[in-house]
Amino acid sequence: MWEYTDIVKEHFLNPKNVGEMKDASCVGEVGSIACGDALKLFLKIEDGIIRDASFQTFGCASAIASSSALTELVKGKTVDEAMKITNKDIAAALGGLPKEKMHCSVMGEEALEAAIKSWRGEKVDAVEHSEGEIVCECFGVTDEQILHAVRENDLKTIEDVTYYTKAGGGCAKCHEKIEALIAQARGETPAPTPQPAKKLTNLQRMKLIEEVLEKEIRPRLQMDGGDIELADIDGLVVSVNLRGHCVGCPASQATVQGTVQGILREKVDPEIVVREA
Amino acid sequence: MSAQNVVYLDNNATTRVAPEVLEAMLPFFSERYGNPSSMHNFGGSVGREMREARESLADLLGCGTDEIIFTSCGTESDNTAIRSALTAQPQKRHIITTRVEHPAVLSLCKFLERSQGYRVTYLGVDAEGRLDMRELEDSLSDDTAIVSIMWANNETGVLFPIPEIATLVKSRGSILHTDAVQAVGKVPINLGNLDVDMLSLSGHKLHAPKGVGALYVRRKLPYRPYLIGGHQEHGRRAGTENTTGIIALGAAARAAKAHLPVENTVVRALRDRLENALLKAVSDSRLNGHKTERLPNTSNISFKYIEGEAILLLLDQLGIAASSGSACTSGSLEPSHVLRAMGIPFTYAHGSIRFSLSRYTTDADVDYVIKNVPGIIETLRKISPYKQGEAEPLSPLDAKPACGC
Repeated sequence: MWEYTDIVKEHFLNPKNVGEMKDASCVGEVGSIACGDALKLFLKIEDGIIRDASFQTFGCASAIASSSALTELVKGKTVDEAMKITNKDIAAALGGLPKEKMHCSVMGEEALEAAIKSWRGEKVDAVEHSEGEIVCECFGVTDEQILHAVRENDLKTIEDVTYYTKAGGGCAKCHEKIEALIAQARGETPAPTPQPAKKLTNLQRMKLIEEVLEKEIRPRLQMDGGDIELADIDGLVVSVNLRGHCVGCPASQATVQGTVQGILREKVDPEIVVREA
Repeated sequence: MSAQNVVYLDNNATTRVAPEVLEAMLPFFSERYGNPSSMHNFGGSVGREMREARESLADLLGCGTDEIIFTSCGTESDNTAIRSALTAQPQKRHIITTRVEHPAVLSLCKFLERSQGYRVTYLGVDAEGRLDMRELEDSLSDDTAIVSIMWANNETGVLFPIPEIATLVKSRGSILHTDAVQAVGKVPINLGNLDVDMLSLSGHKLHAPKGVGALYVRRKLPYRPYLIGGHQEHGRRAGTENTTGIIALGAAARAAKAHLPVENTVVRALRDRLENALLKAVSDSRLNGHKTERLPNTSNISFKYIEGEAILLLLDQLGIAASSGSACTSGSLEPSHVLRAMGIPFTYAHGSIRFSLSRYTTDADVDYVIKNVPGIIETLRKISPYKQGEAEPLSPLDAKPACGC
């Protein structure tokens, strides 16, 4: 059971400002049902001041409480003041959140930012973050979001990043990238990645590809009910067949290009190209 | 919070210690503290009580007393069984299990796969949680050291056809282990007529206390102990016996045998009434798991558009204890591996609630839950941005499964 503060419980049990606002000046939406939480924030802005705010949230108790606290925080503030509200302010208004739930406060900050940007007429995409590149494919988190969360909250580990942004909480294949982003945000140089082994002969390369496929890639896909088999190796081009749940999976292309190619490039040769046979 | 003011529908997590079980075990905490291995009668008499407990458990399972090893919990039984089969057949390097096992089996298999190079086949399930027997048949080979398949699923209650599986696995010369932690006491089991080689059970799932379990090992099956030390359990599980726990498990086994018909009539009827009423009263709700091939006490229901942890906490406010397969309750960010393996849509998986009853569940308990759940669902749906019939506002990501596959 999570240890929620009394303020979190109060905001969850009796949330403030629930519901759609018909005459809202702007709306900010983040999250999705697949991710497990989503927030739709409505603001009414007059003369640059947020006169009213309301929300709709799909999510756990802390997501609902964070949304409720956020609407209370922004009411009466000028737009410029509201833009300065961070996830830390939301968490503080709740008397703190369990660290595993900090992403709920981050969701609040992002919805607020999205709403205000849309009011200012800046382009916002409801789902994809227009800034940055997706790092965590499972939860659709970008490098910009991760860098921001690390700087804002002084995060040090991958676990911290997952708690605050969800990034890295799914298949774990983005963990190396997250590590590099943490180092970048903290102004450190990332640990040097091990250099690929010396030039391999064709035979050695084929053997290594088979081994990596068997020992590393197959078990990973099998965990999700998928599977893969090697069809052919032609120089640096590796042809594979996807099996099991991977067949017809909308993410199978990402699997081939991302997971399979990524691992083979890292372990065997950075120039390897993987394609479906 | 005391047991008096809670409607406890989380019996697949743990159960109340039955009064007759508590009564049987208490003297072994106080005046009868002797060590059963001792030469004196003060200890030896405890050993005789333990023998009676073993007889009661053997009677419940339909096996010999020499086929039972007392352990500390279901997880220890599962770990012991799988490791024993692997150690006894070092030339075999393949394990078959399912994607919906309890972590006591699944995490161990993943560990053996990653760190010790075993090949593991994880059998899939269909949308109703059932195995494909053909897939099992195709996966078996001469290299298969052990097949470990649960009897009943803890989250959905779905039963796997263990007798059929046992016949198949035996015909192919592999060892079959079944994690029957959720099944013992709820479905009839007669190991005398069954080609199961090893079976795990846990005391606290059948009204004995936490800290005691058992492993059935078929006579003449090659066996390698996990704990090595003294001669307890005939050298098959070293360590001074948890005498109180074992006595309690014996008493619980007697009670379970007596109440087995109750589980399949009274408890089943209560479960069905609860389930049918909730599915009828709440729109956009669905049952997870096969309707009939299922434990009599378990109901896993998903409520669309809302999230499980929020439901549980509102239930908790009303003194109702249940559990959820949602991501937020597990702390893992992703919904239950069982629901994902069944391919339950995300719109439903996050809002799943498991109600698990016992012979102590009353009509009034069920009435109270039926009366209160629809209001809770309505409250949360009012807060949710997702509404019935409306296009879901943030659809692009919905189509994308959260797996890397």
